[in-house]
Amino acid sequence: MSKRVGIEVSIAIAEAVGLARAEVIPAYPITPQTHIVEHLSEMVANGELDAEFVPVESEHAAMSCCCGSIAAGARTFTSTSSQGLALMSEILYIPSTMRLPIVMVVANRAMSAPISIWNDHQDVMVQRDTGWIQTFAENGQEAVDLTLHAFRVAEDRNVSLPMMVNIDGFTLSHVIEPIELPDQEEVDKFLPPFKPRYKLDPRRPITMGPVGIPEVYTEAKVAHDMAMKKAKRYILKAWDEFAEIFGRKYNPVESYRTEDAEILLVTMGSISETAMTAVDAMRDAGQKVGLLRIRLWRPFPGQEFRKAVGKAKVLAVVDRCLPPGALCGPVGAELRSLFYKIPGSPKIFSFVAGLGGRDVTVERFEEIVDKARAFAKKRPRELYEVIGVREK
Amino acid sequence: MANSDAIVGWKTITFGCHILEPGNAANFRTGDWRSQRPVVDKEKCIKCGMCWVFCPDMAYNQDEDGYFVVDLEYCKGCGICAHECPKDAITMVPEEG
Repeated sequence: MSKRVGIEVSIAIAEAVGLARAEVIPAYPITPQTHIVEHLSEMVANGELDAEFVPVESEHAAMSCCCGSIAAGARTFTSTSSQGLALMSEILYIPSTMRLPIVMVVANRAMSAPISIWNDHQDVMVQRDTGWIQTFAENGQEAVDLTLHAFRVAEDRNVSLPMMVNIDGFTLSHVIEPIELPDQEEVDKFLPPFKPRYKLDPRRPITMGPVGIPEVYTEAKVAHDMAMKKAKRYILKAWDEFAEIFGRKYNPVESYRTEDAEILLVTMGSISETAMTAVDAMRDAGQKVGLLRIRLWRPFPGQEFRKAVGKAKVLAVVDRCLPPGALCGPVGAELRSLFYKIPGSPKIFSFVAGLGGRDVTVERFEEIVDKARAFAKKRPRELYEVIGVREK
Repeated sequence: MANSDAIVGWKTITFGCHILEPGNAANFRTGDWRSQRPVVDKEKCIKCGMCWVFCPDMAYNQDEDGYFVVDLEYCKGCGICAHECPKDAITMVPEEG
């Protein structure tokens, strides 16, 4: 039986990785990811987890080491954040097209400069196109569950792609929450041993990572893209199986009080909890407001998102990322693209909020909804608006 | 496998772009971008094999008469053989066209 415990989310994630029986953990510490890998190194040192913990010299080395261990057929986990994720960037593209199912938890944090250790989504949005499956957790329980789910999906032979679970730095990583930690038997039932389609084995030599001449490079990339699109089916299937064993059901897009809603907030990650409180307050005040939360970001669940929008007329999309010089934030851009020229599609307004650890409060969400309502009547001059920014 | 066999569709390309047949580089013509090729003057050649020793692509093979002959499928025209030949028996000649 699973047990409900009060535990720091980072520690709970490490426990989940232990329950998943990870075999190799190459990692480099960085705030706010540190507690996850620190606890894993303790578990290995104490003999509680039969794994190799590789204390590498950088995140570049961590991800390189992950590629080696997963290619050799070992269940592989790492975790990082912000600048560390950026240092991994060169390597991130490699296991994805090579179909090597590494699992990584990213404790999302702003990118320097100015130096910030606090939470937003700029670090992961930079890595949006690396070809990793990407999910976003809202709370501690979900962080644990999505970590277990990531192993199941990534290693599924029909998927065989690396997977990134995003948790908000500090807001999730450093809080103590009541979390149901599953027991070993349940996890073993959900997560069979890792059996890769191919591995590096001297008895059956193959070459991984050869050069892709112009005659094959495009085909290799399209094969990867198609694998990502096909992966969605198995991501959903694994969530169904997760629900059967653990009793918690997840889906690509979470809807909250969307019935008859005219305006929908769209969020990702932990600010969604505040957004729900804001939705409750606005509903109490008689406003037809709801919330959509994107849990699966890559592959983007376009069909599920359109269905979840239903008949809502306005989307107020909140990005926690400000790409300078772009037309709007990445989530806003994705949704504008999704609905472009589709008859009856909602008006989409893009907002940027919660950069570098700034709180997005209930009042801010109410402000966003008010602005979206006004913009629907009178088209705004700008393609996006930064919420709560001081001019002077 | 000749180079043309590498031209596969995305549905048939190997999983993860892996090479599943060990040592299959030997099946690929790799000398087709050479700008010059070595020509051996058998009058000067003493069959010492220095070209065979130094060739970085192992493109030289010994024939029945003991001469070392370059395999132009693999020679990339680097000229190391011509540089190392103690009898100056090898001349680098520009490839035409």
